[in-house]
Amino acid sequence: MFCTRLHLSELTGLRATTLGQFLALIKQVSGSCIYHHTHRFLQQHQYLSPEPPNDFAYWVTDILGEDELGERLVSIDTIQYSTIRDLREKIASTIESYLKDNPLAKLKFARSGEEFHFIKSVSFILPTNYVAYDLKEFVEVLKKITIDSIYFHIFEARLRLEKPTNDFAFWIENSLGDKKLADSISSFDPYTSTLEDLRNKIIQIVERKIVN
Amino acid sequence: MAKIEEYIPLVGQAVIDDLRLLGERLKGKVIQHINSTPVGGGVAEILNRMVPLLRELEVDAKWDVIKGGEQFFEVTKKFHNALHGRAEEITKRDFEVFMEISQQNIESINTYGDIVFIHDPQPIALIKKKAVNKWLWRCHIDVSNPNERVWGFLMDFIVQYDSAVFSAPAFSRKLPIRQFLIPPSIDSLSDKNKELPQKTIDLVLRKYGIKKDKPIITQVSRFDRLKDPIGVIEAYLQVKKYIDCQLILAGGTAEDDPEGFKVLEEVKEKAKKDPDIHILLLPQNDIDVNALQRASDVIVQKSLKEGFGLTVAEALWKAKPVVASNVGGIPLQIKHKYSGLLCHSVEGASFAIKQLLSSTAYAKKLGENGREHIKNNFLITRHLRDYMLLFLSLYHPEDIVNL
Repeated sequence: MFCTRLHLSELTGLRATTLGQFLALIKQVSGSCIYHHTHRFLQQHQYLSPEPPNDFAYWVTDILGEDELGERLVSIDTIQYSTIRDLREKIASTIESYLKDNPLAKLKFARSGEEFHFIKSVSFILPTNYVAYDLKEFVEVLKKITIDSIYFHIFEARLRLEKPTNDFAFWIENSLGDKKLADSISSFDPYTSTLEDLRNKIIQIVERKIVN
Repeated sequence: MAKIEEYIPLVGQAVIDDLRLLGERLKGKVIQHINSTPVGGGVAEILNRMVPLLRELEVDAKWDVIKGGEQFFEVTKKFHNALHGRAEEITKRDFEVFMEISQQNIESINTYGDIVFIHDPQPIALIKKKAVNKWLWRCHIDVSNPNERVWGFLMDFIVQYDSAVFSAPAFSRKLPIRQFLIPPSIDSLSDKNKELPQKTIDLVLRKYGIKKDKPIITQVSRFDRLKDPIGVIEAYLQVKKYIDCQLILAGGTAEDDPEGFKVLEEVKEKAKKDPDIHILLLPQNDIDVNALQRASDVIVQKSLKEGFGLTVAEALWKAKPVVASNVGGIPLQIKHKYSGLLCHSVEGASFAIKQLLSSTAYAKKLGENGREHIKNNFLITRHLRDYMLLFLSLYHPEDIVNL
């Protein structure tokens, strides 16, 4: 059964002007906030590639002009973190270590109107009418479902619901018993593709398997 | 009016299927929108499309309008300007007028909805009627730097709502109630945005006596000081020194904006010596607006403050290069030098217009990127989805909701 995940952005009213405030708020805000700012780009600019995979890196680079910290944040390998908690710690420690080496960066501030606004994602998960019992049906549904549905099964299931792998790989391994195919779907980094590219990549892998 | 199925070729079947799934979850709930004008301005325009589409999705949506009158709307226009940070003299009597008319509406309007959805400050005091039903306040204006006296006055009402909705993150502040970010949208199939044959565009130009013999710069906006029509003329005059071009300032007035005609007269006065400036009063003539935007070489939105600036989305949807102020919701629609050019002044606007008129390939690319961005983020189907999720959020306080 394919599900979809639709999200609503909830404003927190929290904003940062300096790196110090930014760091303090990153440590304090809810996991849903960290999730929003590390995954929003994937959906909002899903026709672009490559795009900065997180809002934190974008703000630090483009608004504060701290290119080196921006690069460190942008290159955090999100796929390595299985929980939001771990991802938050990595982001916070990256900023802390940069501030230790570059204390003057604390003095920089964003101009009025360019503050960082913390937003959180509220996710609504609902089952769709699409069901697959074998690989052939799976690939047909994959061609039809929304990118929200792909997003849910690839990103949200793993990181936000703390499942060990993405839903597609989990189903293929546990219901169809095809570990090799499951591994090939879980092995690539979904953060470096647009969602449409991701859809096409999975379709190609599964179609190749069906033909063989 | 377009039916929900007609959006499938553009957004795909699955997006519409998702909307229907959400509609099912709202069965039995009556959603009552209340605002201050049935026509004119962005709010009425959105509700005109939103309410029938929600009904098609089997959501029982209704729309009621408060009664105002000249005196009330003069006060609410002052509030509107003050919330946008403009200096306004607001007297004790103004607050009294607001409360007197609000009280009349409280007595006459039936707030029967399971969810009562109040748009903007004019009907905000209806919250006094809150019973066991849910209440939402939708702020369509830029309140990033409001007059604190007016904001404080409104805050007494806002905190009584279940949730508030803003169009841009910069408009939010710490509130004791939940607040959501929902930008507005355009309807790609409405008369204002649908594809038009060249013949229609030519006919509209002829109707207004506009020849396509020199580049056209256009701003479509209500005649409102916050849209800075005088600043647009000044920018155009600076461009005109180097590039022979013409300017169209097209717009209507709204029932709840008594200042409109005064501003229109000021604009006419400023433009009277230049035959290449076309001032067009277009009350609710959507096909004409569409044709004028499509006939333009550059679209301008030089607002001083902007709740969102739907005219920017309209222009980008038509793949037009846009020069717009970096205010309100405009930076959500334009990524500078990628999907348009942002400016902060008359000089900046004039420089950007010159750049686009001189580099047509660059201008074309910006327009194409802009259209893609609008398609992905600012069409009415996304807006419908966000509103239905918002309604559901009133019954689900958690961050991950299993429906």
